[in-house]
Amino acid sequence: MTGAEAPLVSAPANGLGRRWQLLAWLMLAALLAVVGAKLVQVSRGPATSGAAPLFTLVDFDGTQHALQAYRGKVVVVNFWASWCAPCAAEAADLEQAWQAYRERGVVFLGVDYVDTEPEARAFIELWQQTYPNGPDRGTLIAQAFRIRGVPETYIIDQRGQLQAPIIGPTNLAQLRAVLDRLLAQP
Amino acid sequence: MRLLRFPFRFALLVGVLGAALFWLPASVFAAPATPTDDEVNAVASQLYCPVCENVPLDVCGTQACSQWRAIIRQKLQAGWSASQIYAFFAEQYGTRVLASPPFTGASVLFWLVPLALLSVGVVVLVRMLRKPAPAAHNPAVPVSAAHAARLERELDDWR
Repeated sequence: MTGAEAPLVSAPANGLGRRWQLLAWLMLAALLAVVGAKLVQVSRGPATSGAAPLFTLVDFDGTQHALQAYRGKVVVVNFWASWCAPCAAEAADLEQAWQAYRERGVVFLGVDYVDTEPEARAFIELWQQTYPNGPDRGTLIAQAFRIRGVPETYIIDQRGQLQAPIIGPTNLAQLRAVLDRLLAQP
Repeated sequence: MRLLRFPFRFALLVGVLGAALFWLPASVFAAPATPTDDEVNAVASQLYCPVCENVPLDVCGTQACSQWRAIIRQKLQAGWSASQIYAFFAEQYGTRVLASPPFTGASVLFWLVPLALLSVGVVVLVRMLRKPAPAAHNPAVPVSAAHAARLERELDDWR
């Protein structure tokens, strides 16, 4: 035998080389990471505590309401839709609460979720809601709060911190309890 | 002479225009036809219900879907194309309402990952099909200890 001996072992012609194997594993890992991230996002549930997600709502009159601008005030953010029956059930109480607390500096914002404008405006007129309401363009606000449906109500304290969310329809007594507690804080 | 002919020319012109207007197809003057349910559903089938999960808009029975289909009908009647309507819905309600995710941002992964996996699958398949015919059976021959050790060493390197 002359020179270096031929190797006894070589990659099988029908198998996958190391590079291909590595690529396949990397792609599988990337796919699992994407699926996992989505599952984690879905399973997180609604935002319940900590700093409230910042957003800007443009109401149906075109006025902008940036949450940041209301720092120092208690803010009630209500997600609703005209096609949602429980939203109609809570609409009168929300307006009543707004009338009762607006003089004390409480801000109410209605976020209209996946709705159509004519029906949303009709809903507002029907329930005579006078606090700012606007569409959630691209559902960005709903995604930031990770809402599961409507109605949901989030109350944000003077420091911009979320209080326990109200999942489902709320009522005047429930709102009073939270708002009175927050307004009593120094 | 010309002054005398003018009324006749004028009358002839009015007559021709009147006849043309009379014979023009009625569709020229009619309002755009109301889109049929099939036309609305063809667009709606590429959108998903905002409330229920994984239900196409054309077969969804919720009030929200009914409102959305009404919007589609209005937009079609106004002369919008299907792609304009999809862009409108994506802008209003987010891209998740689209049956086909857009080829932008993180949604690109939804298009590229399956394509990449498919490509790898094709490569694997081609390599497997190229598998050579099995070698003729060779009776086992005794190997020396040195040969076996070298074989093990090379196998370890290859792994």
